[in-house]
Amino acid sequence: MKASRFGRNAAIAVIAAGALALTACGSDNATNSTAGTPAASGPKVTGTLTGIGSSAQGAAMDVWKTNFASANQGAQVQYSPDGSGAGRKAILDGSAQFAGSDAYLKDDEYASSKAKCGPDGALNIPVYISPIAVAFNLPDVKDLKLDAATVAKIFRGQIAKWNDPAIAALNPDAKLPDLKVTPVNRSDDSGTTQNFTDYLSAAASDVWTDKSSGVWPASLKGENAKGTSGVVKTVTDTPGAVTYADDSAVSGKLGVAQIKVGNGFTTISADAAAKAVDAGKPVEGRAANDLSIKLDRKTTIEGAYPIVLVSFHVVCSTYDSKETADLVKAFENYVVSDAGQKAAAESAKSAPLSKALQDKAAKSIESIKAKS
Amino acid sequence: MTTTSLTTSRGAGRAGDKVFSAATLAAGCLILAVLFGVALFLVIQAVPALVAPPDKIQGGAGFFAYIWPIVIGTLIAAVIALVIATPVAIGVALFISHFAPRRLASGLGYVIDLLAAIPSVVYGAWGAAFLAREISPAYGWLASNLGWLPIFQGPASATGKTILTAGIVLAVMVLPIITSLSREIFLQTPKLHEEAALALGATRWEMIRMAVLPFGRPGIISAIMLGLGRALGETMAVALVLSSGALTASLIQSGNQTIAAEIALNFPEASGLKVSTLIAAGLVLFIITLGVNMLARWIITRHKEFSGAN
Amino acid sequence: MTATLTPVKKRSALTKGQLPKAAPYIVLALALILGAAILALIGFNAFGWGIVSAMLFTVGLVGWSAAVEGSRRAKDKLATCLVVGAFLISLLPLVSVIWTVLVKGLPGLLDPGFLGTSMNGVTGAFDNKSVENGAPVVGGIYHALIGTVQITLLATVISVPVGLLTSIYLVEYGDDRPLARAITFFVDVMTGIPSIVAGLFAAAFFFAVAGPGTKTGAVAAVALSVLMIPVVVRSSEEMLKIVPNELREAAYALGVRKWRTILKVVIPTAISGIASGVTLAIARVIGETAPILVTAGFATSINNNVFGGWMASLPTFIYTQILNPTSPSNPGPSDQRAWGAALVLIILVMLLNLAARLVARIFAPKAGR
Repeated sequence: MKASRFGRNAAIAVIAAGALALTACGSDNATNSTAGTPAASGPKVTGTLTGIGSSAQGAAMDVWKTNFASANQGAQVQYSPDGSGAGRKAILDGSAQFAGSDAYLKDDEYASSKAKCGPDGALNIPVYISPIAVAFNLPDVKDLKLDAATVAKIFRGQIAKWNDPAIAALNPDAKLPDLKVTPVNRSDDSGTTQNFTDYLSAAASDVWTDKSSGVWPASLKGENAKGTSGVVKTVTDTPGAVTYADDSAVSGKLGVAQIKVGNGFTTISADAAAKAVDAGKPVEGRAANDLSIKLDRKTTIEGAYPIVLVSFHVVCSTYDSKETADLVKAFENYVVSDAGQKAAAESAKSAPLSKALQDKAAKSIESIKAKS
Repeated sequence: MTTTSLTTSRGAGRAGDKVFSAATLAAGCLILAVLFGVALFLVIQAVPALVAPPDKIQGGAGFFAYIWPIVIGTLIAAVIALVIATPVAIGVALFISHFAPRRLASGLGYVIDLLAAIPSVVYGAWGAAFLAREISPAYGWLASNLGWLPIFQGPASATGKTILTAGIVLAVMVLPIITSLSREIFLQTPKLHEEAALALGATRWEMIRMAVLPFGRPGIISAIMLGLGRALGETMAVALVLSSGALTASLIQSGNQTIAAEIALNFPEASGLKVSTLIAAGLVLFIITLGVNMLARWIITRHKEFSGAN
Repeated sequence: MTATLTPVKKRSALTKGQLPKAAPYIVLALALILGAAILALIGFNAFGWGIVSAMLFTVGLVGWSAAVEGSRRAKDKLATCLVVGAFLISLLPLVSVIWTVLVKGLPGLLDPGFLGTSMNGVTGAFDNKSVENGAPVVGGIYHALIGTVQITLLATVISVPVGLLTSIYLVEYGDDRPLARAITFFVDVMTGIPSIVAGLFAAAFFFAVAGPGTKTGAVAAVALSVLMIPVVVRSSEEMLKIVPNELREAAYALGVRKWRTILKVVIPTAISGIASGVTLAIARVIGETAPILVTAGFATSINNNVFGGWMASLPTFIYTQILNPTSPSNPGPSDQRAWGAALVLIILVMLLNLAARLVARIFAPKAGR
């Protein structure tokens, strides 16, 4: 009995000591950075800003929130990459102050945003541009030129071999192998699929008969994988496979196709993507300062790359407290600034916003106000 | 259990009895309340999808057309997992309880328990990156030699990410659950029964068949049910391993989808009616589990007279 | 049965009609050689060799035994072969999984600061640098470790009493009443709640009770409890059921109250099984990703308060690091951190298992006194 009581006490003591040891020795300073000097221009802001949304923005948000917090003592941003749909839901029911979304609010969502975001509803501000690459795994081919109809045929399974005449006609110089084409698509509902199928249904409407959708059409048989990293891994492992993925995640082992725009072929690049975004048109029926962009997928502008994903921050036009409104303005201003876009490009390899779009975004952010 | 009539003395113990039995009752009722809450939540959230016009649901043909292929897919994956895992798990449990040397046995039990703890993401990553690649030549062989069976119809998937691979990964995941519980049950077989069987000249296998297995039968069924629960509801592993698609009879082609994976893959981006559709799918999974459990209960009660317990 | 009682000559009585002791080894050697020969014909690989040899071994040993010892012994041999075979088969994937985790996880774990720091301030720029210039991989899992320990602890504190009391009700007080039968049935149903649904339920519940956007470790703990309680009930119920009734009756005969009997006799007798069941339940939920994603938010810095603020956990950390690498263009460092975290999670459960065994040993009645 005595022994067992000793055992019990010992066990409790060990657990308590372990818990103490665990809580005693953690550090939030993983990068050995010295505390940043509070060098923010404008009013001093404090508080915690909560955002939920797109996982595509995750890497960019990591750097934005880090830099913002070190420049503004007492202010911080937390962001949960749950997905665009979850983010839009969160801002509509008031559980987040801003949302990251790979698509601007739908009309009915915009209408219901007026309940929490004031009479003007929510604003969509483009913050993150990511060109979508058509990436393939062919051992000896690195350069490939494709047009929209051929891309659509490849992903619909209508082109069986890489040396198909349709591909050969566009690439007279390439040595195309006699290899099975294995298209790989995203198995999850995603903004990347949404933008890719939107491009195909607009630019190759007679081949791509499905509507644009975040979910890959169920009638098409093919391999798929979860997430950008999943499709890239699958394609890297499978010779003859081809997929669409955010350009930042496509590694050097894969080839990336040039896409036919107008009369020429455009190589994927940040500038080409920004050019295509600038050619987009504003969406009708939104708040005065809203920056929802309807991309023109059939653009013929020289050097534009139309397969591009624009990710937005959805913010309220009116917040309940001045503190929150100031915090949102300060943060969004940083995000669309040169510094913010450069930081994202550096760590997430995104395409920076063009100067014109930055100015429009800054103006839109300026219109955010608190309930008076 | 007919032993409750002996407590007639007075004193402080009586209050203890009352309080204790009330506490156990309250705990039981709390569980019912939570389950009722979950069911209510599911039904309320699912109703919009169930009453929506068919063309608004994903696929454009109504909720029923959307749900039935993934119901079948869920059942296929779970059946594959249990068909593989159950015999192996019972074998392993018997090995640990009755065959392995005593000192080795406790260590082995420990290792098996540990495997229940590996997060499903890791199983998923392992299945997608390692197992699928290693097993795809076997699928090619199956397609060319047993291709006349509908379930092994070719052409086999080039990546190996098929429902059979997903089922194998699920089997690996439920194995420790079934093993751990069955092992504990087998170890509790009354020594007297075992020794009596051996003393009558039974071989070890006969002893197990006559004393251990009948005693453990209800427990084994419970263990299988727990494993089935996990196999039906497993999300991440299936989402990572399976190359999903329309319903296919062949187990070695890409295709099929499970309810839980469908929810996980689509929920983050879902909004509006899509959310309701996915939660309704969750409700359907819930009802499937209900049905399967009713079946299991029925089996257990039918075999009750053979049970060795008490 | 009576056949074996036929009297035989003195010394060989015990060994007559038995295979020699070396029989399994002889058969094994033959099976290995024959297996290698067969495999050589169709293309050699180690895995196939093992399978073919095992089959040959089983057939050989059982056949020999059937010829010499009769069908009962042969059946016993067959059963032994199958049981051992099942064990070996189960080892294959398990060893493979553990090996993968070890190989991929050790570099991360051995990274200085991996256990002691959080991911606060770690951005893709650092990962790009470490891939391009070979700088050390920064960032760690401290915040996630704290989160997992606290969330799981809270979930255990909620579910073990509820689950254990329920199973006591079912076994000791239920008497097969309709309520008891209903509870048993619905507990089974509860094991089938998809984990994401449990998370959504907990999130919706707290949204309704504590306002929109309530995401804390405690919400996640409630979600995990929904998943954990049925496992605790189910396993402890089975363990309590097999406590011999003689023990209870002996206690009652000594005039011990029912609740004292349960606490002092029934539970200690079953404690080893209960502890194993609770460990299994914890192991079941400690690796859950989906419910934590929707309930606890996503933190990259340390939060020691389980009741306030977003909290990270090891599974969500692994999940996001694998699927959304910190630097999309260089996922290597993120993979390394993810596998390192998986290894830590496994080690954590190993320690937990040890603790459960310790508890079982301390509280279990002394045997053989």
